[in-house]
Amino acid sequence: MAENSDNNAYWAANIRLVTISLVIWALASYGFGILLRPLISGIEVGGTDLGFWFAQQGSILVFLVLIFFYAWRMNKIDKQHGVDE
Amino acid sequence: MDQTTLNIIVVGLSFALYFAIAIWARAGSTSEFYAAGRGVNPVVNGMATAADWMSAASFISMAGLIAFVGYTNSSFLMGWTGGYVLMAMLLAPYLRKFGKYTVPEFIGDRYYSNTARVVGVICLIVISVTYVIGQMTGAGVAFSRFLEVSSFWGLIIASAVVFVYAVLGGMKGITYTQVAQYCVLIVAYTIPAVFISLQLTGNPIPGLGLFSNMAPGEVGAGEPLLATLNGLLVDLGFNEYTTGSTPFLMALFTLSLMIGTAGLPHVIIRFFTVPKVADARWSAGWALVFIALLYLTAPAVGAMARLNITTTMWPQGIEGEAVAIEDLPDWFRTWEVTGLLGVEDKNGDGRIQYYNEASEAGQAFAAERGYEGNELVTFNQDILVLANPEIAQLPGWVIALIAAGGIAAALSTAAGLLLAISSAISHDLIKSVINPNISEKGELLAARISMAGAIVLATYLGLNPPGFAAQVVALAFGLAAATLFPTLMMGIFSKRMNSAGATWGMLAGLILTCLYLFTYLGWFFIPGTNMLPNTADNWILGIPPTHFGPIGALANFAVAYFVSRATAAPPAHIQELVESVRVPRGAGAASDH
Repeated sequence: MAENSDNNAYWAANIRLVTISLVIWALASYGFGILLRPLISGIEVGGTDLGFWFAQQGSILVFLVLIFFYAWRMNKIDKQHGVDE
Repeated sequence: MDQTTLNIIVVGLSFALYFAIAIWARAGSTSEFYAAGRGVNPVVNGMATAADWMSAASFISMAGLIAFVGYTNSSFLMGWTGGYVLMAMLLAPYLRKFGKYTVPEFIGDRYYSNTARVVGVICLIVISVTYVIGQMTGAGVAFSRFLEVSSFWGLIIASAVVFVYAVLGGMKGITYTQVAQYCVLIVAYTIPAVFISLQLTGNPIPGLGLFSNMAPGEVGAGEPLLATLNGLLVDLGFNEYTTGSTPFLMALFTLSLMIGTAGLPHVIIRFFTVPKVADARWSAGWALVFIALLYLTAPAVGAMARLNITTTMWPQGIEGEAVAIEDLPDWFRTWEVTGLLGVEDKNGDGRIQYYNEASEAGQAFAAERGYEGNELVTFNQDILVLANPEIAQLPGWVIALIAAGGIAAALSTAAGLLLAISSAISHDLIKSVINPNISEKGELLAARISMAGAIVLATYLGLNPPGFAAQVVALAFGLAAATLFPTLMMGIFSKRMNSAGATWGMLAGLILTCLYLFTYLGWFFIPGTNMLPNTADNWILGIPPTHFGPIGALANFAVAYFVSRATAAPPAHIQELVESVRVPRGAGAASDH
């Protein structure tokens, strides 16, 4: 029973981390890159605005950081719950 | 030495390298054939995944797609990379823990049903076969342009090369050849881009050059590159490069590409080759690092090429005269021969005027100057990357390298797809459904025969392309999004999801997506059999067939949810299976099953 409840806590921690990551994922691409672009159009980058940068390069850099952050955090969570190998 | 000889030497050397790797990395067991013995280092797997993923479309077509449309086609950049976030967090680590060899195998075991398994195999084969056609034709084109052999022989040579290393080495051989192919393609893509960026902006990193100021002596010197490009395009009646007008459709298309990417079986199985669950997570990150090296450069290649073309056509600026026919550069002549580039002096003034004859601004501009239509009549967007070294006036060996790079991009993706197809046949149909008592040796032989059969089929389809190559890629992404991605995700994240729900969900996604595509593109893409014209006012809610993936996925999720709630929960041992898939410990032990 103890093991089961610990597994539940482990899974809840994973879901929480995935949810936070996917909010950032959506914000960088669908948000700043597309739908929220008018909101940040005042910030100029190389002859255009920040939204264009997010659509062409920024989102990709955010995705990269997100996957490595997720891997690092998740491996730590594995250890905390004793399910690493 | 002439250019063709140089091309043959460089491409020949790259093939020799692939063969050497194939002999060194022969597969001796099914574990090696299907999953490279699960001993691949996560960084190495990341590099192989990047080559597996980046196809002829990424290498040859993507920069052109961005160059001629601008901001709106950023969807390709975000869509084809953002899918890796979904794959890294929602699929890859859990499927690695499951510890089997194929995607339909997870579907069949998790949903305790051979019906679900067979539906999974059908989805996988439709997705992968349609995708492989594009790779074979891409390789054929590269051969015929650079090696001066016919498309037919180009395709036969390409198939023979894949045959040797894929049949011999299986996943093990494919993994290490993909690493070599990645190196070839990234070097080939980057070198011309660096020189063009240096020339235009003085910045050696193309990704940064895109947002830099123009170098002294260039058009708009001291002004930002993108502002210069915008100014020129607007004067010629084109849309501004950095703006778009359809944010909703752009977001929908991006989502379709992202979910589709995450559901592509030939990419998912690459994550079965690493030793542990933690490695699968790191490996997804490394894959995106290697992909990003090309994807951060691609938008720069696109914008700079568009600028180069425009200034080539207007050497004295828009105010001056257009380029005289006899002053067109050499690369223009080389590509005119292929028919992918064409000019027509409509007003007979001996000069070639390039502008947008379809817009009011363009027509006003032409009327004022006495032009009788745009005279750069053909410009195939696929030649941008291939002609880049010639545009930048780089030496012959760089042109040869581009040839080897284009072929490497096509072959590496084709090999991954062929493995996904053959393992689904030998492992999921033969071993799991038709003859469960088959020996290890028998299965390995069946896998090799399936691989050979898949190559023959792909070659045949490449030689006789069904004439709808572009639509077919949309079908592959739409189907991956509508069938495999939701089914795999629910198998991991919902313990309550049962056999009936998953099977009906997959069928709903498959049928709905096919119906929507066939309605506008013709039944089985046969021209003339479409029931409605493929134009914006006929699309339901204005959604183009290429953007349908998320709708199909939604239908899959919804049908699966309601059917599963109306039927019995999965048996206890399946719920335990889901529990075990969610926990990383024990994946290493599954290595030698």
